[in-house]
Amino acid sequence: MPLWIIPALPLAAVVVNLLLGDRLGKKGTAWLACGAVFVAFLGSARAVLHLASLPESGRVVIQTAYTWMRVGDFSVDVGFLLDPLSSVMILVVTGVGFLIHVYSTGYMAHDPSFRRFFLYLNLFMFAMLTLVLANNFLLMFVGWEGVGLCSYLLIGFWTERPSAAEAGKKAFIVNRIGDFGFLLGVLTLFTAAGDLRFDTLFAAAPLVFPAGGIVITTATLLLFLGATGKSAQIPLYTWLPDAMEGPTPVSALIHAATMVTAGVYMVARFHVLFDLAPVSLETVAVIGAATALFAATIGIAQNDIKRVLAYSTVSQLGYMFMACGVGAYTAGVFHLMTHAFFKALLFLGAGSVIHALSNEQDLRKMGGLAGRLPWTHGVMLVATLAIAGIPPFAGFFSKDEILSSAFAAGDRVVWLVGLIGAVLTAFYMFRLYLLAFRGPSRLTHEAEHHLHESPPSMIAPLVVLAVLSVVGGLVGPPMIEGGHPFARWLAPVFGGERAHAHHLPESTEWMLIVVSVVAALAGIAVAFQLYLRTPGAATRLREQWSGVHRALLNKYWIDELYERLAVRPIYHLSLWFWRFWDRVIVDGMVNGVGYTLEGASALLRMFQTGFVGTYALFFTLGVAALLFHLLRHHP
Amino acid sequence: MIPQDWALLVSALLFTIGVVGVLVRRNAIVIFMSVELMLNAGNLAFVSFARALNSLDGQVIVFFVMAVAAAEVAVGLAIIVNLFRLRDSVFVDEINLLKG
Amino acid sequence: MVPALFVGFSALLLVSALLVVLHRNPVTSALFLVVAFCALAGIYILMHAEFIGMVQIIVYAGAIMVLFLFVIMYLNLGADPERGAAIVMRRLVGWLAGAIVVAQAVLLLAGRWAIGPAGPPLDPSVGNTQALGVLLYSKFLFPFEITSLVLLVAMVGAIVISKGRGGKPNSSPDPSPEATFMGAGDARVSPMLRPGDSITPAASIAPAGEESP
Repeated sequence: MPLWIIPALPLAAVVVNLLLGDRLGKKGTAWLACGAVFVAFLGSARAVLHLASLPESGRVVIQTAYTWMRVGDFSVDVGFLLDPLSSVMILVVTGVGFLIHVYSTGYMAHDPSFRRFFLYLNLFMFAMLTLVLANNFLLMFVGWEGVGLCSYLLIGFWTERPSAAEAGKKAFIVNRIGDFGFLLGVLTLFTAAGDLRFDTLFAAAPLVFPAGGIVITTATLLLFLGATGKSAQIPLYTWLPDAMEGPTPVSALIHAATMVTAGVYMVARFHVLFDLAPVSLETVAVIGAATALFAATIGIAQNDIKRVLAYSTVSQLGYMFMACGVGAYTAGVFHLMTHAFFKALLFLGAGSVIHALSNEQDLRKMGGLAGRLPWTHGVMLVATLAIAGIPPFAGFFSKDEILSSAFAAGDRVVWLVGLIGAVLTAFYMFRLYLLAFRGPSRLTHEAEHHLHESPPSMIAPLVVLAVLSVVGGLVGPPMIEGGHPFARWLAPVFGGERAHAHHLPESTEWMLIVVSVVAALAGIAVAFQLYLRTPGAATRLREQWSGVHRALLNKYWIDELYERLAVRPIYHLSLWFWRFWDRVIVDGMVNGVGYTLEGASALLRMFQTGFVGTYALFFTLGVAALLFHLLRHHP
Repeated sequence: MIPQDWALLVSALLFTIGVVGVLVRRNAIVIFMSVELMLNAGNLAFVSFARALNSLDGQVIVFFVMAVAAAEVAVGLAIIVNLFRLRDSVFVDEINLLKG
Repeated sequence: MVPALFVGFSALLLVSALLVVLHRNPVTSALFLVVAFCALAGIYILMHAEFIGMVQIIVYAGAIMVLFLFVIMYLNLGADPERGAAIVMRRLVGWLAGAIVVAQAVLLLAGRWAIGPAGPPLDPSVGNTQALGVLLYSKFLFPFEITSLVLLVAMVGAIVISKGRGGKPNSSPDPSPEATFMGAGDARVSPMLRPGDSITPAASIAPAGEESP
């Protein structure tokens, strides 16, 4: 089956939507958009099944759709690569994407720009699928940029809101800085190796680049800079919390399940290169761990339900990078998958809550919704348990694997940071749950009046995601000889990892599991204590540690720092460019051409005196000139 | 026999007098008359060459030139009359309506 | 004898041409032009171009100059007033240009040049007129016929142009024979010039051109 069909389907839906959208109506658009993604999902499933039928050593499908450009020796194709890693990605992207599309038909039902929403959403699917299926750097970059563009379009979807427009701009610009790094990394690799195709480049890499050499380290660090931009790690994470200005399905799809995972996918895809540069890997691990902890601390103080989830996403992405950084790529991808399930569920569930409360997002104005929104409550509880890392929910398996891999690789600091982060994660997620669903109701009169459970179009995807959050981790139970099913599936891609991994004795493994579970339960217990058992305890604590709380609430004033350090100088530089270079020099040149022409024509106009005598004189002078010419050449 | 050089010299001088007349005079009718002088200078050259070449083609051409000159005078004077009606003047340096 | 006559006629020609250009009074200029044409006719006859010489007198001196004089009288022109420094400048430049041209012409003539091979000598028994007539109606038939067309066009054009705006005072408001001749009365012949228009459609080109400069 040709692989290009998978990204082409959403693209076709975009084209049809563009051309016929007005005539399709809301129902037609919904069917078109969801249908395209569903068929893409079926296509992906079929492709993966085909992949599974291949022998393990040859589990790779490479197809070239057509030659994109050819200049002399250099040629780049539109080519697709399907291997176990990208198979996981396409299934997650199309599967979770489909569920979110269905959810959106309910959530955005009353929005006047319904058609435009699905246009952008499908465009995003196309870009993301291109990104994960690409078999060379340039095509991947096309997808990379495409998802950035769609992120901008969708964050600023409600164009009448200036805050949304600002957030969209911020997302795009910060992403751009990362993309700059990505592009430089690609160019470095190309200059050194002369090849842009993944399979050939990775095969040749160990020969071309000396391990730990400056070139490969620089290239991978630059690539990682791109990943920090796209996946919201330190230092380029600031756009993600602001991106919550967009509609909730957008937050679920792009900023939880798919786009932000592109950075993790990228590191996993290029693991051959990263393995050759231990310095870069260490950097990845350190930044991942630091971000995980950093974001978690901010999350415990936020009052907006979506902000909490945003920082949670940043934190969880840190975990994924942590895993990759210690060489446990499988663990990172595993967590990517389970995180997609429960984070999408969390966002969509939050959207359901917001929808039910007539667009209330402040946790301080919620409470006691457990009985009144039964379905929403149920799925949100499942998701919260999953993210906290309670077995047998999905999050436990993946998070535990990350922590034990870090421990096994000898990186005890990273492990400890991850553990503390897990405690905090459990804490703030249950804080969110308790504030929203338990305790006394703090709803406003308005919200109280309109309280209603969400329609089936919104609940059904939530249920599906809840089921996935429960069973999704069961493909990766620990301590299985030869690796659990998920790891074995991914083995052809990360084969070298097995040699890399250190095996821990079983007793240590068990101890680590116990420690993680205890940590999670501890976080939950504290949350219960503060927010349910003893009312007012949280408030008193906040007043006691008001300075710390203020720092956390204000996100350590990082945004303000960036504003002062980077944004304002650049703005003033642009202003200078406009005032001087554009208005004086460029406009001067352009207008100058006009003035020069005018002047020249004014000069020439003096020949047209209107007097016949003048013209006759010129005739005569012409004749004289001719005669002169004849005289000169007369032999 | 008239040496041909003489005839051509006369023709050149006549032509030049016509040119000077066009350039120097202000009166449109006199300018026109100078143009006639130039035409006649050309005619003279044609006839002298016809003589030298023993061919009558030159004279035929002179015949046509005269016919055309007559036509030209008729139309040109009509224009000058019209111009006089419009501007009440035949002096060419007072008429510059076609100034660019 | 012939060279002497030639010199005499040429001198007369050149002097009267010069006086045409120099005289202030246009009538005098016209009369001197007549003298010049007659001298030129004499030169033609000396060159055995008898027919051309006669036609020169009949057409040029007889018809064209009469037309010139008629127009001069009609416009009631007096002597040209010459005044102003600009005029002097112009005259200087004009004479200078003329001097340049004549100098170049003389130099050209003085240099080496030659004409092509002469044709067979003319049959002396056939008169100039007869020979010209034969040539005109055989080799130059087409230009001959075209010339008649040119004359026709000139005649029509002269009438159309000089009709002026609003028609002549003694013509009826209804289309006169000249006006409807060849469709000339149907005023859409050309975008620029219509019957009754002056040569400068004042309305479109020079809105302020009605007052004389």
